[in-house]
Amino acid sequence: MKKIALVGNPNVGKSTVFNALTGLHQHTGNWSGKTVSNATGEFIYNDNKYVIYDLPGTYSLIANSQEEEVARDFICFGEYDLIIVVCDATCLERNLNLVLQVLEITDKVLVCVNLLDEAQKKKIKIDLDNLSKILKIPVVGTSARNKKGLNNLLKLLEYQEFSSFNFKYNDDLESAISKLIPILENKVKTLNPRWVALNLINYNAKIYYKITEYLNYNLLGDEIIKNQILEIRKNLNINNEEITNSIIKKCEEIANQVIKYENSNYNDINKKIDRVITSKLWGIPIMLIMLFGIFWLTIKGANYPSDLLFNLFSYIEKYLLYFLEFINTPNWLISLLISGIYKVLTWVISVMLPPMAIFFPLFTLLEDLGFLPRIAFNFDGLFKKCCACGKQALTMCMGFGCNAVGVTGTRIIDSPRERLIAILTNVFVPCNGRFPMMITIITIFFVGINSHNSFLSVLLLTLVILLGFLLTFLISFVLSKTILKGIPSSFTLELPSYRRPQFGKVIVRSIFNRTIFVLGRAIAVAVPAGAVIWILANITVSGISLLNYLADFLNPFGKLIGLDGAILLAFILGFPANEIVIPIMLMIYLSTGEVIEFENLESLKQILIDNGWTNITAICMLIFSLCHFPCSTTCLTIKKETGSIKWTLISFLLPTIIGIILCLMIKQIVIFIS
Amino acid sequence: MFLSDLKVGDKAIIKKMVTNENIKRRLLDLGLIEGTKIECVLKSFCNDPLAYIIRGAVIAIRKSDSSNIEVELI
Repeated sequence: MKKIALVGNPNVGKSTVFNALTGLHQHTGNWSGKTVSNATGEFIYNDNKYVIYDLPGTYSLIANSQEEEVARDFICFGEYDLIIVVCDATCLERNLNLVLQVLEITDKVLVCVNLLDEAQKKKIKIDLDNLSKILKIPVVGTSARNKKGLNNLLKLLEYQEFSSFNFKYNDDLESAISKLIPILENKVKTLNPRWVALNLINYNAKIYYKITEYLNYNLLGDEIIKNQILEIRKNLNINNEEITNSIIKKCEEIANQVIKYENSNYNDINKKIDRVITSKLWGIPIMLIMLFGIFWLTIKGANYPSDLLFNLFSYIEKYLLYFLEFINTPNWLISLLISGIYKVLTWVISVMLPPMAIFFPLFTLLEDLGFLPRIAFNFDGLFKKCCACGKQALTMCMGFGCNAVGVTGTRIIDSPRERLIAILTNVFVPCNGRFPMMITIITIFFVGINSHNSFLSVLLLTLVILLGFLLTFLISFVLSKTILKGIPSSFTLELPSYRRPQFGKVIVRSIFNRTIFVLGRAIAVAVPAGAVIWILANITVSGISLLNYLADFLNPFGKLIGLDGAILLAFILGFPANEIVIPIMLMIYLSTGEVIEFENLESLKQILIDNGWTNITAICMLIFSLCHFPCSTTCLTIKKETGSIKWTLISFLLPTIIGIILCLMIKQIVIFIS
Repeated sequence: MFLSDLKVGDKAIIKKMVTNENIKRRLLDLGLIEGTKIECVLKSFCNDPLAYIIRGAVIAIRKSDSSNIEVELI
């Protein structure tokens, strides 16, 4: 079995090469953004078995962000038989930078120049044979999307005769390196002594720490090495920048030998589209319409499959019931299993699955098209004013699908401070789980049940979402001035050329990587939640269920902030999944022992009004749906991403407190006015 | 003249980069060194950041990061 790793700059089609090689035999962890963490896949070629690792996209091996660090650590310290550096033919020169850096660490390198079809369209000609000759490694050209060139790539996987391409620095540095290599050779295990020498001369604390950790040996603690280094540094006047500059100059030199631009302008169509999208006049309307359109499609499209799933599950329920009775299950257990666990579980699936299965493919299409970085580009100015990062706009977009996905997506943000801001504020973007609840309330109280005006209700929903945006900016700003003090860090963002999305792959990738992941986690929490809710609803003390006791207990506080005890309790019990908030609320109002579906909106409205709901309750409910603690899945994800209980707690309390304050204000203002 | 002063459509050569280590590192990764040719191609609707073609790729850079990079129009 051979181990192969794919590296490359972001957006060079690395994932496409990966998919083309492995088919669907892959275990992906990259359900957020593009490739964030390693994905691995297996395939067999010529009776040889290969394992292939898809590393996160990186511009260089001096890591700037967390995902780049993953790639660097693998190349420097991982075990592999071959590294394939995937390059973008349309900007090969910059990509060569990474190739040369990888070649400093290992000889086992193969270069795959991808996107040749696009280069051809842009009239860029690349002399692959010459490139191979210069670099002394195999070079293969592909357009992975059209499956061209992949056979040549496969044939080269068995290539063995690697020779070392040693990029020569200036004489002083070279002589320093050659002094160090002999004394390092037997101390650096499998690491390349030349690379270690270079890193000792050109000291970088982060990398040095990693090397020490890997060797379990402090090289600078060794007297001979230390003295040699001190002497070298005394005589050698060289800095980091010069080293990088000489690599970049080398890239330029190679590029001049192998690349021919017949038309040096960046694609005119791209330019025209970008001019419109980023214009003052059209920028914001286009993005809002896009957002609005996606919600509309998601909400409209989800209704039918949701009903279908509901019916299917209640059909299965009948047979489950027969079966449990047939095997003489005690009544209380049947009730717990069916009315408690099964009901809640299937409820969550029916309400959650369809919108996600529509939203995520749509989102992934925009991602594939190359549209998303433009959103970050446009809104970066606003985020900068809040001392945050423009890429936060992207994680917010992901948050619409699921906040947990949004939180993981923040890994694309380089600065830890800005990343925390993005994590803490992600919950102000309402996820798919909260849309149905919001839409229901909006329809009942503000649009009118019989008007069937789904356009108006989505419009009102968009307004609520804009309030969420406003809060995001506001909170980001306040955080940067208080507990997350700091100035905006540097920000560079690549705007890749637009590409025709690959519809089939998009659907497969988004469903498998994102939807199933989120659904899996939701199911895992829905089961115990179902049991707890059933227990609370069915254990009664003097004729009143625990559920109603709790609701009564919370009622005074609920009333104070324009809600009531039942609503608050429903949100608390809806911690595992916001989809079940309204069902739980009804369960409390009607004192039933199981979650029930409302017959129609008319009867739901009647129930709510009978329980004292007014328009103010509805507004407070909308605000509270937007601003309250993240669901359990998101909390777990935040804990995992920040590795800190403190930040998880803050991300829990922050939106809750803001929600309570807003609702309290609304309620008290209304009381004051009347 | 500085990189941040370029107007959409302007082409220039990088003359001098006096900027902090962090952003310099990022820009070096993208192939931006003294002598590199660039073209300003886009302006976001908040006027900041601007996007430039750097070695064939379109890259957005904030004005606060590009205001210390000296350029010369060509």
